[in-house]
Amino acid sequence: MDERLGAAVRLLPDYLSQHVLLSAASLCCGLLISVPLTIAASRSPRVRWPVLAFASIVQTVPSLALLALFYPLLLALSSLSLHAFGRGFSALGFLPSLLALTLYSMLPILRNGVTALTSIEPAVIEAARGVGMTTRQRLLRVELPLAAPVIMAGVRTSAVWVIGAATLATPVGQTSLGNYIFSGLQIENWVSVLFGCSVAVALAVVTDQLLASVEAGVTKRRPNRVWLALGLLIAGVAWAGHTHLAVGSRPAYVIGAKNFSEQYILAELLSQRLRQQGASVTTRTGLGSVIAFRAVASGDIDAYVDYSGTIWSTVLKRHDSLSRAQMLDELRTVLKQQFGVQLVGPLGFENAYALAMRSDAAARLGVRTLADLAQHSGQLRIGGDFEFFARPEWRALQARYGLRFREQRTFQPTFLYRAVASGEVDVISAFSSDGRVAAYHLEIMQDPLQVIPPYDAIILASPARASDPVLHRALDPLVGSIPIERMREANYSVDRESNPLSPLQAAQALARTLDRSR
Amino acid sequence: MISLRHVSKAYDQGRRFAIRDASLEVATHSFVAVIGDSGSGKTTLLKTINRLVEADEGEIVIEGRSVRQVAAYELRRRIGYVFQGIGLFPHLSVAENIGVTPSLLGWSRQSIAERVTELIDLVRLPRDYLGRMPAELSGGQQQRVGLARSLAARPGIMLMDEPFGALDPVTRDEIGAEYRRLHYGMSLTTLMVTHDVMEALLLADRIVVVRAGEIVADGAPRDLLNADQDEGVRKLMETPRRQAERLRFLMENRTGRG
Repeated sequence: MDERLGAAVRLLPDYLSQHVLLSAASLCCGLLISVPLTIAASRSPRVRWPVLAFASIVQTVPSLALLALFYPLLLALSSLSLHAFGRGFSALGFLPSLLALTLYSMLPILRNGVTALTSIEPAVIEAARGVGMTTRQRLLRVELPLAAPVIMAGVRTSAVWVIGAATLATPVGQTSLGNYIFSGLQIENWVSVLFGCSVAVALAVVTDQLLASVEAGVTKRRPNRVWLALGLLIAGVAWAGHTHLAVGSRPAYVIGAKNFSEQYILAELLSQRLRQQGASVTTRTGLGSVIAFRAVASGDIDAYVDYSGTIWSTVLKRHDSLSRAQMLDELRTVLKQQFGVQLVGPLGFENAYALAMRSDAAARLGVRTLADLAQHSGQLRIGGDFEFFARPEWRALQARYGLRFREQRTFQPTFLYRAVASGEVDVISAFSSDGRVAAYHLEIMQDPLQVIPPYDAIILASPARASDPVLHRALDPLVGSIPIERMREANYSVDRESNPLSPLQAAQALARTLDRSR
Repeated sequence: MISLRHVSKAYDQGRRFAIRDASLEVATHSFVAVIGDSGSGKTTLLKTINRLVEADEGEIVIEGRSVRQVAAYELRRRIGYVFQGIGLFPHLSVAENIGVTPSLLGWSRQSIAERVTELIDLVRLPRDYLGRMPAELSGGQQQRVGLARSLAARPGIMLMDEPFGALDPVTRDEIGAEYRRLHYGMSLTTLMVTHDVMEALLLADRIVVVRAGEIVADGAPRDLLNADQDEGVRKLMETPRRQAERLRFLMENRTGRG
């Protein structure tokens, strides 16, 4: 068996069980809310309009954004509850995913239910009243049974949507089949991406068929068929619960990672160091850039690696430029004061945003600095990752150097390098620690005005772990120990197209070279 | 005895009267037909009795008790109701449809089953129809089931709203005649709304004529047929009278020749 497939299969019980539990819980909550709402909406047009409008609006919000929006909301609620009751709760992972998916599941059930209940033949309703049914009896004995097939069709649609959308729970820190897809996309492990997609599709198809069987059993009055299908569904959820409890007893330490190769490697490196101290560790990978910092500040994750310039501009909203050492000192103090977050120390390399272009093109145009680039930018096309064009650094670069590009496009980070190599774009946003800069023969544009602040990689620890002895024993030795060349090599070993390593393998290799040089 | 005393019902916030100040006494065991054009208010009049329509004003008294003294659903369980739409429950079998009111009343499974068998015989459907679904029956068969359903809890009063209106003439006549037998056999009190004057003449022993929400004539079929005091009533009776004369002419001729 292919090694990558083997690795994917080993992760399956954990990912699948969490995916099943999340989907089942969301669907159940969705049903519990939508069915009474459906009944209310079918009785009164005054309720119907706002309810259906709200559900439709929820549906038009992209599911990824819906999931992401619940994080800050829950974080605010959690800090309120901390003030009011002295207890907060985790705003990351299961809860935001559950809430978003619950909302997401409601529209098909509501819309089908309302349509079915309002289009029951008037003669049947009149007969139900005429034979002496109370409103409640009419609902339970006539209206709901008649609407049941259409409502069930809604439940099936909803189940398929929820199972699909649950893969998007990964960036808010909830493990799901999406972990295969997100990490696979980052490190170009297509086996992992395909595997994740196939399992999600299979899960959706099986669930849909079982629900169809329940529906058919109800309409054709075959109780055995209904119980069999329901039994299988319940057995599936029970398996997931059991597996999750078996695999997922909460480990002592949670290490976070954002969504690119270097972060995956460093998360593995940090985890490995903690394990060597005898601690149990899990990782939450694929976190959004800002979500990662909030997660460490609220204790949802215990430690992760961020970059000084990122925290400086996006968290502290500061735009003054300081020297490398001054910025680190300032960060150490302010993060501690404002968030209780401990800056453990810099790893020793910098991963700065930079603009890069092909060396041959740069030589032809005679471009070496950003100021030179500005002379030609009107004829050039630029590509950036998802974040780049929204970041303050980009605005600062544009303003200070007067950069005005002909065209501006956004790519998944791994595709960026191919786009510039193939000439689809002329300039890209790159990272100084990225091994592909050298591998693709790119040249980094110099920044004579020092518009881009320093981006030292720094380890941050949550308030609760600020002076945790195990964490410090494990992570302090990493401070100042990773030169940029080592990091580039490690990054490239994961990002290269032929024979790439997994982040875990890259972290192990990195650890070995660090041990040798020590 | 059913008494309607000065009953009024208006729609559109009192702007349009469906019935206006209607008073009517229906003796126990009588068979009364209510006739009138569409929109005359005859159906509304009928439905105020089992409170499918709540009267705005006036009082309705059954056997000395106002219909408002009990909950509407309890009242309806004691009154049979058959209407043109039939309204069999499409997800329930014939047997379950017939047994619905007894089951609402909490009868035992056993006594419901016995009553259902008794009724399927009474409305002359084969017993093996009990397991069928309504969609598998013809219109006439469906209305037989509807009739059986309304009789299931042994009501003393039957309210019928154009009960046979949707059926073909032959079936209609057949079921109509059968119902008349049931009415006498079971000592029912029947109030039947119809726009078909001939049907009213053939089935009822008293006819009430409603026009624009008011009762304009009330009497035995024979009296109304020969009435000439009211222009409208005379017009209403013209068609059946002409049909009857023609039929008599045809039959006499044939007998004459034969």
